[in-house]
Amino acid sequence: MHISKRDGIATWKAWLIRLIAVLIALVVAGFVIMMVGSMRGVSLNPIKVYMSMADGAFGTSSSWMITKMRSWITIRDCMILTCIAIGLAPAFKMRFWNIGAEGQMLVGAIGAAFCMINLAGKVPTPVLFLCMVVFAILAGAFWGFIPGFFKARWNTNETLFTLMMNYIAIQLTSFCVALWEYPPGSNSVGTINGAGKPNTYIGWIGNLFKKGFDDDYMIVVLIVLFLAALMYIYLRYTKQGYEIAVVGESENTARYSGIRVPYVYMRTMAISGAICGFAGFLAVSAVSRTISIDTAGGRGFTAIIVAWLAKMNPFVMIGISALLTFMSKGAIQIASDFGLNEYVSQIITGIILFFILGCEFFLNYQVHFGKQKQ
Amino acid sequence: METKQDNKIPSPIDQQVPSEVPAIELKGITKRFGSVVANNAIDLTLNKGEILSLLGENGSGKTTLMNMLSGIYYPDEGEIFVNGSKVEIRSPKDAFDLRIGMIHQHFKLVDVFTAAENIVLGLPGERGKLDKNAVAKAVREIADRYGFEIDPNQKVYDMSVSQKQTVEIVKVLYRGADILILDEPTAVLTPQETDKLFAVMKNMKKDGKAIIIITHKLHEVLAVSDRVAVLRKGQYIGDVPTSQASQQSLTDMMVGHAVSLNIDRPMADSLKERLRVEHLTVKNKEGVKKLSDVSFTAYGGEILGIAGIAGSGQKELLESIAGIQHVEEGGNITYIDPQGKGIHLEGMDPLDIIRKGILLSFVPEDRFGMGLVGGMNITQNVMLRSYRKGAGPMLDQQTPRKLADKIVNDLEVVTPDINRTPLRRLSGGNVQKVLVGREIEQSPTVLMTAYAVRGLDINTSYTIYNLLTQQKMQGVAVIYVGEDLDVLLELCDRILVLCGGQVSGIVDGRSITKEQVGLMMTKVGGGE
Repeated sequence: MHISKRDGIATWKAWLIRLIAVLIALVVAGFVIMMVGSMRGVSLNPIKVYMSMADGAFGTSSSWMITKMRSWITIRDCMILTCIAIGLAPAFKMRFWNIGAEGQMLVGAIGAAFCMINLAGKVPTPVLFLCMVVFAILAGAFWGFIPGFFKARWNTNETLFTLMMNYIAIQLTSFCVALWEYPPGSNSVGTINGAGKPNTYIGWIGNLFKKGFDDDYMIVVLIVLFLAALMYIYLRYTKQGYEIAVVGESENTARYSGIRVPYVYMRTMAISGAICGFAGFLAVSAVSRTISIDTAGGRGFTAIIVAWLAKMNPFVMIGISALLTFMSKGAIQIASDFGLNEYVSQIITGIILFFILGCEFFLNYQVHFGKQKQ
Repeated sequence: METKQDNKIPSPIDQQVPSEVPAIELKGITKRFGSVVANNAIDLTLNKGEILSLLGENGSGKTTLMNMLSGIYYPDEGEIFVNGSKVEIRSPKDAFDLRIGMIHQHFKLVDVFTAAENIVLGLPGERGKLDKNAVAKAVREIADRYGFEIDPNQKVYDMSVSQKQTVEIVKVLYRGADILILDEPTAVLTPQETDKLFAVMKNMKKDGKAIIIITHKLHEVLAVSDRVAVLRKGQYIGDVPTSQASQQSLTDMMVGHAVSLNIDRPMADSLKERLRVEHLTVKNKEGVKKLSDVSFTAYGGEILGIAGIAGSGQKELLESIAGIQHVEEGGNITYIDPQGKGIHLEGMDPLDIIRKGILLSFVPEDRFGMGLVGGMNITQNVMLRSYRKGAGPMLDQQTPRKLADKIVNDLEVVTPDINRTPLRRLSGGNVQKVLVGREIEQSPTVLMTAYAVRGLDINTSYTIYNLLTQQKMQGVAVIYVGEDLDVLLELCDRILVLCGGQVSGIVDGRSITKEQVGLMMTKVGGGE
């Protein structure tokens, strides 16, 4: 057997390979499900399991109300995941391995929560939202800028640096949770400005248009779609986007063409962090209305896979996010439907990711069988 | 002289006496990289107790050939015999099992380990045990036998380049190598260190080791080796005993006899001073001088050739002028603009140079490493130097697209799709046309090119020569760094010869001979 690098591959072929990978993954996962079932003495039909997953994500076999509700939540979560991936896109395009989205999102969430707690009722609502967004963006940008600065100045390893910044952000979040704990002794911040509290619903994104807090789903979708379009244009049609691409391909070529590489590192990382910080704002204002160390919930890492599989294309990211969000929602559902614990669902997610990531190998390399001509 | 033993009628047993079997025999070795033939049907023999110099210009395939002996590449065709038996070398481990050891140009040592630790690194040894004292003792024995100076307990990060090289050689010997390959070992050494290395090599030879030294420094070849084998453009040209060789004869073999080139070399009506370099000194990161007190002037209306052995400071010289290389205090680089005003370039970075409106173009040596972006299409590459033009944050893609069309048409660039195909998928000649085309389209007054025709076929090379001559006749000061002396002598009006970072001389391209330039390349001032 002999492996050689591909010179390139037709787009339809690439998608065909990916589709085959997903199908194989579903078949393999089906066998695993049956195996798990037989081990526990229940017979599990994979088709039923997959239908149960669809029910978890979209409420397909439930009442219309639940269908609507679950679909919206799935779409919203998919959009927030996409938002983080959009934030990672410019950094990855620059071949700057920002794995600190988790932390950048958390500090953004802290910024937003800070405003919600301390400014609600004191300033007009639009001003409050502006403050929340600005604080979240600035906090995220700062968190991204630090590793960018160190890389530019001392050529530190950005992978380790951004990774460690996550842990600092987590500690910072725990500190804030302790600071803002409510009610005392609960070890959590509780729902900020929730029902029955002063400043009810102030700072909840659905409240922005005074229509009640249920409309926040649509707002999140629109904002993230707008961001996706913006990032698409930024990377493809602006001078800065071009600079990022050149730096990513060859630092020497960038220097040769007059691009100040350290500056581009810092600027791009600030942008990357800012968008992840904005995702933190969405997580607080549109989803949890609270802050905890689980506000990011590992999505900063999942977004890395999303950004990569989408090859930094923001619109493709939406599709990948949808798949992954569907998987995780479905996972929770099969856990409850079949009395399996959640690990089984994570196994399925793992199998699918394994095949999707694994097929990238076949996109980049060609495998020839048989002995090579000498 | 024949010894008594040699006069005996050879019996079958005698034929297998090791001393009569060559240590290495290559038969018809061919290696291709894509469409490039790096080695073409090469036959080479290395005898025991012999130092063989492998001589050739850059890109002639020396290192590729040796990498096939050390298991880094596997030949496409041909056979390798070690000590008379046919072998397959598929990995560095295979090479090591055959007692072949290669010392690469770039050392592969662990900085925080001691010499001894690096030497035993990767060896099986006794289970779970590392007897440092025993290793140190063995290392000292090897050092004493051949005359190395080495402290087994010194950490690598404390070592000079020459000491690191010693560790690499001892490492190979410790593993029992009988056949040593040294890839340009002297490139990083001072003359004194070189002498020491040669002394050690001669001791190893006396001990029966077979040694191949890759080099392109002629005086070293003459000083150390017994026999010289010459490669040129992937072909095996031949071999001569060193005693019968001279610098001249080796240069002839290495460079080859010129195909009748006939490059048109008109004289410009007038010369205008465009660029003045005075007392330029450049040090690399390690503080080693790469250029030392270089001064020259480039005139519009002439092609100034820069000749020299690879690594004599050509790269640093051009990069200093382009603002990419940090230059030492005291040197001046003055650009004279069309109005006759002088602008100092030292201390500027490329962005400063662009912003000052300085019309300086640069075709760097490493196309994809510096001049172009391999993953981008022609249009995106064409805008690399000019994308800042136009107000606002948006990229103007229309103007570069038209320019790309023009370059593709004018220079007959063959590409499946201007706006889609990434440059990396074009052939070397087409890639170079895009690069040169872009730099000329900047309408420069100074045009610097480094190895502009490396790897290109004859036709494309001529396209490039003609473009450069055209530029010269339009009053551009062209600086042409080249490696092919025949071309330099036919193309350039004046030739600056670099030797070890110093200006060995600036000579008239029309009256100098190749031999004279060759001598100046190896010795400052040509040895007079």
